[in-house]
Amino acid sequence: MNKEISISKKQKTILSLFTCLVFLALVYVGDMLTPPTSSWGMLFTVLEKGSIYALVAVSMNLLNGFTGLFSLGQAGFMLIGGYTYAIFSIPAASRDSVYQYFDGGLIKFSIPEIFSNALGGVLGELGYSLGEFIGMFVPMIMAGLITAGLAFLIGIPVLRLKSDYLAIATLGFAEILRAFFQWKALGPITNGSNILRSFSTYSSPLFPIIISGLCIGFIVLLINSSYGRAFKAIRDDEIAAEAMGVNLFKHKQWSFVISSFFAGIGGALLAMFSSSITTTPFTSNLTYEILLIVVIGGIGSVTGSILGSFLFVACSEWWLRGLDSGAFLGLSFGFMRPGFRKVVFAVVIMIIVLFYSKGIMGTREFSWEGFLTFLKNLPGRLINFFKAFPKRLADFFRTLPAKIAGLPARMKNSLKKLKTNTKHGKEAR
Amino acid sequence: MNFFVDNLPYILAGISVGGQYALIAIGYTMVYGILRLINFAHGDMFMMAGLVMVYLAADLPMQIAIPVVIVFTVVLGCMIEKVAYKPLRSAPRMSIMISAIGVSYLLQNAALYLTGGLAKTYPAIPWLAKTVEIFGAHTKMVTIVTPILTLVLVIGLVLLIKFTKIGMAMRAVSRDFETSQLMGIDINRVITVTFIIGSFLAAVGSVLYFTNYTAVLPTSGSMPGLKAFVAAVFGGIGSIPGAVIGAFIIGICENIIKGLGWTTFSNAFTFVLLIIILMVKPTGLFGEKNIDKV
Amino acid sequence: MTKRNILRVSDVTMQFGGVVAVNNLNLEVNKGEIIGLIGPNGAGKTTAFNVITGVYAPTNGAVSIDGQVVIENYPQGKMKALYKGQNAGKYADRRVLTPDKITKMGVARTFQNIRLFKGMSVMENVLVAMHTNLEAGVFSAAFRRNRKEEEKMHDEAMQLLRMFDLEKNKDDMSTSLPYGKQRHLEIARALATKPKLLLLDEPAAGMNPQESDELMHLVAKIRDDFDLSVLMIEHHMQVVMGICERIYVLDYGALIAEGNPQEIQNNPRVIEAYLGVDE
Repeated sequence: MNKEISISKKQKTILSLFTCLVFLALVYVGDMLTPPTSSWGMLFTVLEKGSIYALVAVSMNLLNGFTGLFSLGQAGFMLIGGYTYAIFSIPAASRDSVYQYFDGGLIKFSIPEIFSNALGGVLGELGYSLGEFIGMFVPMIMAGLITAGLAFLIGIPVLRLKSDYLAIATLGFAEILRAFFQWKALGPITNGSNILRSFSTYSSPLFPIIISGLCIGFIVLLINSSYGRAFKAIRDDEIAAEAMGVNLFKHKQWSFVISSFFAGIGGALLAMFSSSITTTPFTSNLTYEILLIVVIGGIGSVTGSILGSFLFVACSEWWLRGLDSGAFLGLSFGFMRPGFRKVVFAVVIMIIVLFYSKGIMGTREFSWEGFLTFLKNLPGRLINFFKAFPKRLADFFRTLPAKIAGLPARMKNSLKKLKTNTKHGKEAR
Repeated sequence: MNFFVDNLPYILAGISVGGQYALIAIGYTMVYGILRLINFAHGDMFMMAGLVMVYLAADLPMQIAIPVVIVFTVVLGCMIEKVAYKPLRSAPRMSIMISAIGVSYLLQNAALYLTGGLAKTYPAIPWLAKTVEIFGAHTKMVTIVTPILTLVLVIGLVLLIKFTKIGMAMRAVSRDFETSQLMGIDINRVITVTFIIGSFLAAVGSVLYFTNYTAVLPTSGSMPGLKAFVAAVFGGIGSIPGAVIGAFIIGICENIIKGLGWTTFSNAFTFVLLIIILMVKPTGLFGEKNIDKV
Repeated sequence: MTKRNILRVSDVTMQFGGVVAVNNLNLEVNKGEIIGLIGPNGAGKTTAFNVITGVYAPTNGAVSIDGQVVIENYPQGKMKALYKGQNAGKYADRRVLTPDKITKMGVARTFQNIRLFKGMSVMENVLVAMHTNLEAGVFSAAFRRNRKEEEKMHDEAMQLLRMFDLEKNKDDMSTSLPYGKQRHLEIARALATKPKLLLLDEPAAGMNPQESDELMHLVAKIRDDFDLSVLMIEHHMQVVMGICERIYVLDYGALIAEGNPQEIQNNPRVIEAYLGVDE
């Protein structure tokens, strides 16, 4: 019944490019037209933060879902990325006020500023903004590279560990990094436990969307390359992978370093998004959130991680806000006070983890064929559904009495089944 | 000698907190020994025990509040096992770990909701919070009580595991899950008992711990939890005496580091220790080596 | 007439704690030979494979591939006192290559309990094995600068699949294949690493007489087409006696007989080891 649609590779490329351009144009125009006070402004916050989370989630998926390394260091790597970016992008003039407890800090220059000065700009002129824009990429790439370099060093001892030990060790490293950045002796650089602010940030939501998109694109290319296959082989069976000539340590190290590079870039984007940075949000809880996004989307699916990120951010920043303020879908209860949203959220996540452990996408990916086939068959399915609906309804009511009568027996049966199932359930180790 | 005298308050605090870590660490090490699962929610359960105590002590006298807290924690621990871990028994290990992380996330958010994110002050338990003087250093009674109580409980537990039928079953299950199942051991009962013991000790630990550090926050469970886990790894995961020794070492070292004025790094130290151990002797002090079969 | 030596196992002893799994094993495989390694269950055959492929470091002894010593070890540390084998003073070097390096030197293997990559398609399983000979680096591979190389890999993988009658299944998940085809895929995957020596660990396990007969011809064909040597562990005597030029017999970790099929069949010690069962 389902008619498959097949299209050529060229058509697919054109379709993808076209969709991306339309999407970006829509975001651009929408951002221009939406007044800052409108509640739709939230949409753009979600798009920005969602795309940043998507990048971090995909980079974590590269490790957990594609290489089978259960690493929990993501927050630590984002922290390094965010700080690296911030430290090198605070304008010289603002440094005295930012580093007020450390005599204006050790570093007295800002890379974006150097670029805008080189383009001869005076504040407000095109050359200045252009220079700042170009200059922002340098500290951002530095953020990625420094994070990756550190990941390389951490990887040497840590990647030799087995699954759960690796999780704890990476979690531990993230914690050490947090302590390190708060250290007073490093204050002239990191500003100790004080906030870093007034660094250069982007002005349009297109910036994080495009950067994240490009980075995710690279990760997808990597996954589909020969190295990506080697990563998956390690995930599926380390011993067999090694026997087929895959150098375990080298490939784990590549995956770890590349994932960290993008976590660093993600951290830099997050710093820009919130236009300030401290060590406080980069706890293990942030890592857990990103891990849960990956699980919601499907471990081993890039599409899933992206969808999961936008869903997660939209729910926590926008759709479920009402649960905190006491008015949600026209409902209002006394127990809806700040924090309730997160409880509901956590319960939903637990339900997903327990009952839909494959997440939204499982290990599947988006494909134009699948999408178009779905669209094409959708009307037919809907029509069929509504056609069959009266009959189904009638059937339902006809069999209802019998069902109710049979309920106790069925419950007994399923209970019995549950018992025997758990008794004979095998432990997978 | 000078070092000892100067650092006496820190060493005392270290022994005390070490005992508290030990009580949490046993929960980790036993669950890991049997399910091969890092129970990420264990630390948060410990925090929940503290929080419930805060609310109960407002209305109930201490003699009733403490047993109720212990019962509550045990029930919570068993419920978590039944709801979040049992259905995943045949799932890959990563799924159960993710489920544990999910539970931890849920408990923290629930605590955040209950407290509104504010630090709650732990009620002072009159006898434990009394100030005493030893070797010229002033400290709370709890500092002396903790190591003694810890040792008593641990000895009791070791005896239980060595000499009772359920203890024998626990040893068998931790050695070989499937075979012991085939030998007719009721796995679910063993796991439930494990969680009861772990939660009970965590509840006792929380009473002692929060008498010292009187603020209860939604995140107060995660750090002691992680440290206790490190202690369990240090001692060799699955080994109860190992976990206890590891916990005391970590507690003492961490407080001496605080005494030296390196407070920022007192948490980081634990993880440095963890990484060093995992590199040098991944099986810990008393752990056993197992070889992968090809 | 001496043929080029491909594999030489010299005085290899593998001891786990106090248990001697392989005791002073000596065997060699020359170019183009098909050699059998047989013995009752638990005789140490798979352990010997694991030593040759670098999964375990032997307690004592050496392994050389194509005339080059790749693995060598002697009892040291705690093992010094525990060691129960022979030739303790003969070796003084410690050299242990990881399995991937050994594979790169031209030794490929299959597993007794099938170990395919579960989350990957049949085609991908073969392609992974070709990764070891890939020349492109991470970035040139990610940016598809090695398109030619990638195409060549695909062609070669297709050829291999065709040879094992798997080309129709190329996009299927590896675990969805029927059992016999999974065994074939394992061999195809091992061949994709371009080995000089193929180690087959019970390739005919679970097959009926007709299937194992086909397998026998397939192994002979592989040897000729790919110009390689084969060392195989097998319990089906029909297969072993049918194609192996020489046979080594292990019992309790030690070599008890060596020779051509005729000699082995009539060797009293072998018959004794198998409790007089002559298949």
